[in-house]
Amino acid sequence: MYKIREAKQLTDNIYLMNVEAPRVAKHCEPGQFIIVKIDEEGERIPLTICDYDREEGTVTIVFQVIGASTLQMAGLKAGDAFADFVGPLGRPSELIEEDPEELKKKKILFVAGGVGTAPVYPQVKWLSEHGVKADAIVGAKNKDLVILEEEMEKVSNLYVTTDDGSYKRKGMVTDVIKDLVENQKKEYDLVVAIGPMIMMKFVCLLTKELGIHTIVSMNPIMVDGTGMCGACRLTVGDEVKFACVDGPEFDGHLVNFDEAMKRQQLYKTEEGRAYLKEKEGDTHHGGCGHCGGEK
Amino acid sequence: MADVLKKVPVREQDPKVRATNFEEVCYGYNKEEAMEEASRCINCKNAKCITGCPVSIDIPAFIAQVKEGNFDEAYQIISKSSALPAVCGRVCPQESQCEGKCIRGIKGEPVSIGKLERFVADWARENGVKPQPAAEKNGHKVAVIGSGPAGLTCAGDLAKLGYDVTIFEALHKPGGVLVYGIPEFRLPKDKVVAEEVKNVLSLGVKIETNVIIGKSTTIDELLKEEGFEAVFIGSGAGLPMFMGIPGENANGVFSANEYLTRNNLMKAFRDDYKTPIMRGKKVVVVGGGNVAMDAARTALRLGAEVHIVYRRSEAELPARVEEVHHAKEEGVQFDLLTNPTEILVDENDWVKGIRCIRMELGEPDASGRRRPVEIPGSEFEMDADTVIMSLGTSPNPLISSTTYGLDVNKRKCIIADEEYGKTSKEGVYAGGDAVTGAATVILAMGAGRAGARGIHEYLSSKNK
Repeated sequence: MYKIREAKQLTDNIYLMNVEAPRVAKHCEPGQFIIVKIDEEGERIPLTICDYDREEGTVTIVFQVIGASTLQMAGLKAGDAFADFVGPLGRPSELIEEDPEELKKKKILFVAGGVGTAPVYPQVKWLSEHGVKADAIVGAKNKDLVILEEEMEKVSNLYVTTDDGSYKRKGMVTDVIKDLVENQKKEYDLVVAIGPMIMMKFVCLLTKELGIHTIVSMNPIMVDGTGMCGACRLTVGDEVKFACVDGPEFDGHLVNFDEAMKRQQLYKTEEGRAYLKEKEGDTHHGGCGHCGGEK
Repeated sequence: MADVLKKVPVREQDPKVRATNFEEVCYGYNKEEAMEEASRCINCKNAKCITGCPVSIDIPAFIAQVKEGNFDEAYQIISKSSALPAVCGRVCPQESQCEGKCIRGIKGEPVSIGKLERFVADWARENGVKPQPAAEKNGHKVAVIGSGPAGLTCAGDLAKLGYDVTIFEALHKPGGVLVYGIPEFRLPKDKVVAEEVKNVLSLGVKIETNVIIGKSTTIDELLKEEGFEAVFIGSGAGLPMFMGIPGENANGVFSANEYLTRNNLMKAFRDDYKTPIMRGKKVVVVGGGNVAMDAARTALRLGAEVHIVYRRSEAELPARVEEVHHAKEEGVQFDLLTNPTEILVDENDWVKGIRCIRMELGEPDASGRRRPVEIPGSEFEMDADTVIMSLGTSPNPLISSTTYGLDVNKRKCIIADEEYGKTSKEGVYAGGDAVTGAATVILAMGAGRAGARGIHEYLSSKNK
């Protein structure tokens, strides 16, 4: 069992938990993820790592309630435990492989959307610890959905924007990128964008135009997370890659986002679940995320 | 008196009934049936059946005990050579191993060795008979990576020799392919697999789940920091292969690994488990191995019309004869000498059909089997909402890429010798699918035994 040391509600549907997992805490690096399973009957849920403490042997995860399983997870409190917590999975961010002295010469912009701020944080923090202060944009639908602002503020030059203008700037993250590059004449060598696929897609369309190399972190449907099932496959350039072992980070200009978004629908999105239910008809048996009581 | 040239028939669930449930297909022998079948064994002096068994069970000796009704003794004889008899009695390809060599088989049907092994193992479980643990521990620590058939066998053998063994399992449940791959109706998970794992643990073996070697820790750390003196790698097959045809990333196309893992490990077929699985109406399974049969029969039980599409003819199907027979009985349809060329999708990129081409057998290829050749102009379309690719796997590089000095071959399989499982790295042994590529449970068990022999020899001479 993996004990939850701290459980905190960050917004109305985003939660943070600090979990005892010494083997993961000892080996994880920014960019990697874990898989958590609540109990015997639970799903294996992949989540990016938000922070870790090697000495304490703890890992911090942040998640958004999107279905029955994450809703159940949100009900767990400090002192409760997960049945399973495995990782670190995937490859670490390429940044941490680079020479910090070289990194200092680079201008890096992080772009985080919603709950995507969580996996951006350890990368920005890692850079800050190595003497590199990066620019970071955090975008959210509205004021209530901005997370980890204080933490991000400490380790980056932060720009917060909300879709509805209820906090700081008004507009999409792409508007901020344009502003920074076109009006403030900032020059970036690298953009790291993590958030909803649709956001990453539009960031990549823009950065391609601007000619800035862009890394994205993909979070497709997964089962085992070790390369065994192939559920997380996506097209990158002209190759099929498994996000769990080849990623989760990829060159955003090569990722086929339209295909990835369609694959995401199967069990994860409202419209996808509805379509699955319609297609299955009388063999429908849960998996839509709505027949909660029955499945 | 029954015909001595024929096996005592084994009772099975009616095909029409079982096609709609996940209960075990074969009921196995009862005492009387087992003793009657055992009396068919003529106890050859130079028993060929033993040479056909990858773990060399003393088959005539255990059958002689069954014949006398001494099931406890029979179990102890089997468990000297096999850690997983209840599993092997169910999933071994006996027809090409022990039973294939049986003298009885020359003039009639061979002795039903598999069903007898299963009977003895089931009897032992139901009567609380356990394998004998080592008299004394020797204090030497060995790590085993993976709790599938290779790992469990290696761990069991080493524990019986007195070693302090810890198994590291990447998934949340021990058993490897026995849990995620082989379906409930062939190999019951709680009744059989979990109990066999318990038997191995009863020998003093420890197991740590949720540890991915190469990620959560590494082999070098196990050796240098955690005090293990030797490591056995039985990490299994790896990454599923796809055909590379158009439409393969559409919704509704799954690897057999994914489909089976959702259903078997995550128990998606049960209402009380939360993992979803797509329940198609018309499922096409591509491939002809045991895994393809398992996927097809699973889809059938989830309510679909199921077709197996295989590019060669029935004679070349790599699956066990019994699995093909069972699949047909249950209503799986076989489209042989047929190969997919494209998966057809609807406006939302979900599967709506599959385009195939007819094949004929040409000249033999390198494997000795006649090569399937496309028949020009024979393309046709089939409706389908689900396609399951069961084309085999390629090795997972997780361990080889994170272990200093561990050599792999051209196919990225770990290089290990057959007799002792010795790899290029000192103290590290390997066996099973990680070495051979996808094969059978029993071959993996044989490799687990070889690895245990190798490790015992290595540590015995090192600690002299």
